[in-house]
Amino acid sequence: MRELINYTLHLADNSLILGHRNSEWCGHGPILEQDIALTNIALDLIGQARYLYQYAARLINENPGASDLIFDASPVTEDTLAYFRDTRQFRNCLLVEQPNGDWAQTLLKQFLFSAYQYPLYTALQKSADKELCAIAEKAIKEVSYHLRWSGEWIIRMGDGTSESHKRLMHAFDELWMYTGELFIPSEEEKLLLNNGISANLVSVKESWMARVEQVFVDANLPLAHIRDQKPTIFQKGGKEGRHSESLGYILAEMQFVQRAYPGNEW
Amino acid sequence: MPELKIDTKTIEGWLAEVMDPEVPVLSVMDLGIVREIRQENGNLEIIITPTYSGCPAMDVITAQIRLAVAGRGFKDVKVTQSLQPAWTTDWMSEAGKQKLKDYGIAPPLPKQTVCHPDLFQMEEAIQCPHCGSWHTKRLSEFGSTACKALYQCQDCQEPFDYFKCH
Repeated sequence: MRELINYTLHLADNSLILGHRNSEWCGHGPILEQDIALTNIALDLIGQARYLYQYAARLINENPGASDLIFDASPVTEDTLAYFRDTRQFRNCLLVEQPNGDWAQTLLKQFLFSAYQYPLYTALQKSADKELCAIAEKAIKEVSYHLRWSGEWIIRMGDGTSESHKRLMHAFDELWMYTGELFIPSEEEKLLLNNGISANLVSVKESWMARVEQVFVDANLPLAHIRDQKPTIFQKGGKEGRHSESLGYILAEMQFVQRAYPGNEW
Repeated sequence: MPELKIDTKTIEGWLAEVMDPEVPVLSVMDLGIVREIRQENGNLEIIITPTYSGCPAMDVITAQIRLAVAGRGFKDVKVTQSLQPAWTTDWMSEAGKQKLKDYGIAPPLPKQTVCHPDLFQMEEAIQCPHCGSWHTKRLSEFGSTACKALYQCQDCQEPFDYFKCH
């Protein structure tokens, strides 16, 4: 049970933190339509996070002692999980918490993540856990929009002007090191895979890599740049709660109101 | 006291008065988000499914459904969300599609064509709800709400929302 709770939180945290990052663009997009696109994606991601937090909260409430999380308030709700955990208790991958940077970096981050979420949720639709299965079935329709929109932007920028190409290459150098962790199973993922609950990250990676390489070719980006990266560049730790400094700043902004005025509502 | 049991059609009639706050011409019945109506021992449970995960209208819709059945004699009313099977625009009623069109929003195409991740797909042919022309162009696949895309008619030049198939 502890593993299922932690895994559900990991999935939820990925969606919430990337959703929050995207929401930082609200009102700042290069043109209105793209601003709306990114905030729509933020809304989808935060919606997915809500389902997952609601499920995790239910598991925590129904199985006292199964989770090592301790909160003042009871019962635990989706809001408790989003607003009253600290950085070490967040289990999102490092990739999603990275700063937005410019448009190229934001879009590459979204593309790399959507290209991962798509095969992940495809696999989770066959999960032995009925709730994760239902959330994946719901979310994958939205993820296919995210993947298409971000993938088209990667091609547009890579195959665009020398400036957009240069910026995309820079974004790649900023983000690629955080992709390795997506495919390294945590202890929870290993255990849950044996029970048919979590996804097999080996096949998720194959599907991810095939899509990323195809988009890179279409975007006129050098494939060698992906293939020749030394394995030592890859960073990890997010799934276990060891984060880059960025997450603390995100939580400080996101959690401030609830920390200052617990239980406050709009 | 005899147990209250009301014809499901009657309850559906009440729900047909509950409008989507974002698209006020569509009721929850038109949208096809009411999946099941259960009555047991005088209690009522209405099972709804969200259109999109982050749809902010769901909380309002839940509250309005409660209001619509309040004071009708049920001991307890529960509105439950169910995610599976996932909502699709195929469940939207034909009457609902016509209402959308009259309201100036192009209704979803009957056949789902865009819900897969291939890049740079052919654009769907969408009819302008204002002048009826098929000569239209997609401006953005994301619109004013998660369920809509933004189009422009190349003949009458009017921009319009398309309730995208999902």
